[in-house]
Amino acid sequence: MEILVCVKRVPDTAENEIEVRSDGTDIERDDLVYSVNEWDNYAVEEAIQICDKVGGSVTIVTVGDEESEEVVRREMAMGADKGVLLSDDAFIGSDGKGLAAILKAEIQKSSYDLVLTGALADDGASQVGGMLAAILDWPYASVVNYIEVLDDTKIKVSREIEGGNQEMNEIELPCVLSIQTGINEPRYVGIRGIRKVASIEIPVHGAADLGISRDSVGTAGAIVKRVDYFVPELGEGAEILEGSLDEIAEKLIELLKAKGGIK
Amino acid sequence: MAQQLFAYIGHKNGVADDSAMELVTAAGKIYPDASVTAVITGSGAELDSVSNAVAASYPEVWKFDNAALAYPNGEVLRNFLVNSIPAGAIILFAHDTLGMDLAPGLSIKLDSAFVPDAVDIEGVEGNDLKVIRQEYSGMASTHVRCDISNGVVITCRPGSFQPDESKSAAGQIVDKSAEVGDLSAKRRFLEVVAAEVGDVDITKADVLVSVGRGIEDEENIEIAEELAQTIGAVVSCSRPIVDAKWLEKSRQVGTSGQTVKPKVYLALGISGSFQHLGGLKGSPFIVAVNKNPKAPIFQVADVGVVQDLLEFVPALTEKIKEG
Repeated sequence: MEILVCVKRVPDTAENEIEVRSDGTDIERDDLVYSVNEWDNYAVEEAIQICDKVGGSVTIVTVGDEESEEVVRREMAMGADKGVLLSDDAFIGSDGKGLAAILKAEIQKSSYDLVLTGALADDGASQVGGMLAAILDWPYASVVNYIEVLDDTKIKVSREIEGGNQEMNEIELPCVLSIQTGINEPRYVGIRGIRKVASIEIPVHGAADLGISRDSVGTAGAIVKRVDYFVPELGEGAEILEGSLDEIAEKLIELLKAKGGIK
Repeated sequence: MAQQLFAYIGHKNGVADDSAMELVTAAGKIYPDASVTAVITGSGAELDSVSNAVAASYPEVWKFDNAALAYPNGEVLRNFLVNSIPAGAIILFAHDTLGMDLAPGLSIKLDSAFVPDAVDIEGVEGNDLKVIRQEYSGMASTHVRCDISNGVVITCRPGSFQPDESKSAAGQIVDKSAEVGDLSAKRRFLEVVAAEVGDVDITKADVLVSVGRGIEDEENIEIAEELAQTIGAVVSCSRPIVDAKWLEKSRQVGTSGQTVKPKVYLALGISGSFQHLGGLKGSPFIVAVNKNPKAPIFQVADVGVVQDLLEFVPALTEKIKEG
C-alpha cells in the first residue's frame, strides 16, 4: 500500500497563549512554539502501522515555507519512508481549494492507494481532505477512528459520529481519509530518531514543478479570504475569583454549597 | 438578485436535529427576506414526520424519499446533491460529522465557495458574503469574506445561531422523490456500532468533576477523583483524556462523547472547545479552573479560577474535608 500523509506545521496551542496583533493582521508569532498538528501524528502512526501489516511505503507531504521542512522530518522520524515539501511564494494565502489543488498535483506525480490527513488543524476548517478527494474524484471518509485493510481494492473504516457511536463503512481504494485522534497511540520520537533522518534530502516542489499556474492558487486564486483576526467582545464571562489560594478555595466552597455542588 | 437558499436538514429517529431551526436564523442573516428551502432526505414514515415538523419553519420543503437514502451516507448524499441543487445556490449545513463529511467536496463539485464552521454571518456586500469564524480552538476570531457569485456551501456551528422558533412558515412540502437520480457511490455504509456503556453513567450525575489536558499526567487523575469523592460527584473528562486512555470513553463529555445535564460542572484544565461544550446541556453552574486566563472555557463559565489545577484542586479538597 502506497500511502501519502498530509501534515501541517501549526502553533502549538498547548504551549502558547494565542494573542491577536493590535492591528488585527495576524496573531503574535514572535515567540510561538510550533509543532506538527496533533491530528497529523495519528494519521502518520496509522499509515506506518498499515504498512507494517500489509507492506508498502509512507510518504509525508506538507505545503508551507522552508521552516515546514522540520515537521516533515519529525514525521519521517516516526518511521515514514519519504518526505516532500511543497513550497512556493505563489502558494502563500491559498484557501482550502487552493491547498487541495496543490496537493492533487503532487499526488498525480505518483501512484498512491491511500491519502490521509488529520481531521482538523489550527484553523478549525476540516476542509482540505474532503476537497482533495472531490478534486481527485476519489471517495472520502472523515473523522476516521478505525481502519482495516480488506484487500487490494477496498478497506473497512469506522467514522466517529455523534455520541461516540461508530459508523462502519466499506470504501474503495484509492481514497482519502481524515483521521481522528484516538485511532492509535502515536509513537514517541526521540533525539536519536530525528538524528537518523537528519541527513535525508527532502525534495522541494514549487508551482512550476507541479505544473500549477501561479495565479490559480495562493492569495491570487483564493475565493475565501481571511480579512482580519480579532478578539470577540465577550459577554459577561466568568467571575474570576481573586485572592490567595486559600481565599479562592474558601469563596469557591461557599459558591458550591449554595449551588448544590457539595453534598 | 438574491440567490436561491437551501438548508440541509439532519434528523434521527423521525426528529429533526436542533440545527434545523438554527439554519433558518443563519439563512436570514445572509438575505433577511430570503425564502429558504429545506432539503430532507430519508425514507418512509420517519421522513414524513420530519418533513411535516420542518414545514412549520421553512416556506418550502423538498422531500426526497428513497430506501437508499435511509441512512445519510455522506458520499451518496454528495453525489445526489450535486444533481439536485441548482447551480449558483447557497447551501447551509450543520457543522456536524455529516456536514464535515460531505460539504467540502460538495463545494468542489458545484464549483462554488466553501465556508466551514461559521459562528456568525454579517451579511452580503456586493458579491461578498461576510462571515465570522474561529481559529486556534476558539482563541482567535476572524472575519472572512468570500465571493459567492458562483454559490457557496456553508457549514454552521451547532449552537451558534439562535434557533428560530417562530414556526410561522406553514411551508409547502414538495415530494421530489421521482427526481432522485443515481445513488451509487464508492463508499458503502455497513452499520452503526453504538458506543460502549461504561461502569458509571455520567449523564445521570448532578455534579461532575471533569478533567482535561491540564491534568498533565495519568497519575494526577487521582486529584480529581479525590475531589469528586469528597463532594459526592462523578468524574468525567474531555477528549484528550480518552485519547490518552487515562479514562474510559463512557466518561467523555462532548459531541463525540456523552451529553450531560448536571446542576454543577467543575471543568478542571479544560480549554472549552465547542465540541466539548456541545455535550453540556441544561445550563449548569460552571466552575472553570485553568492556568491560562485566555482559555475559551472562561467565556461560558459562571466562576473562574486562574490557577494551576495541580496546586489548587488538592488545596480545595483539603479545605472541604476540614469542613
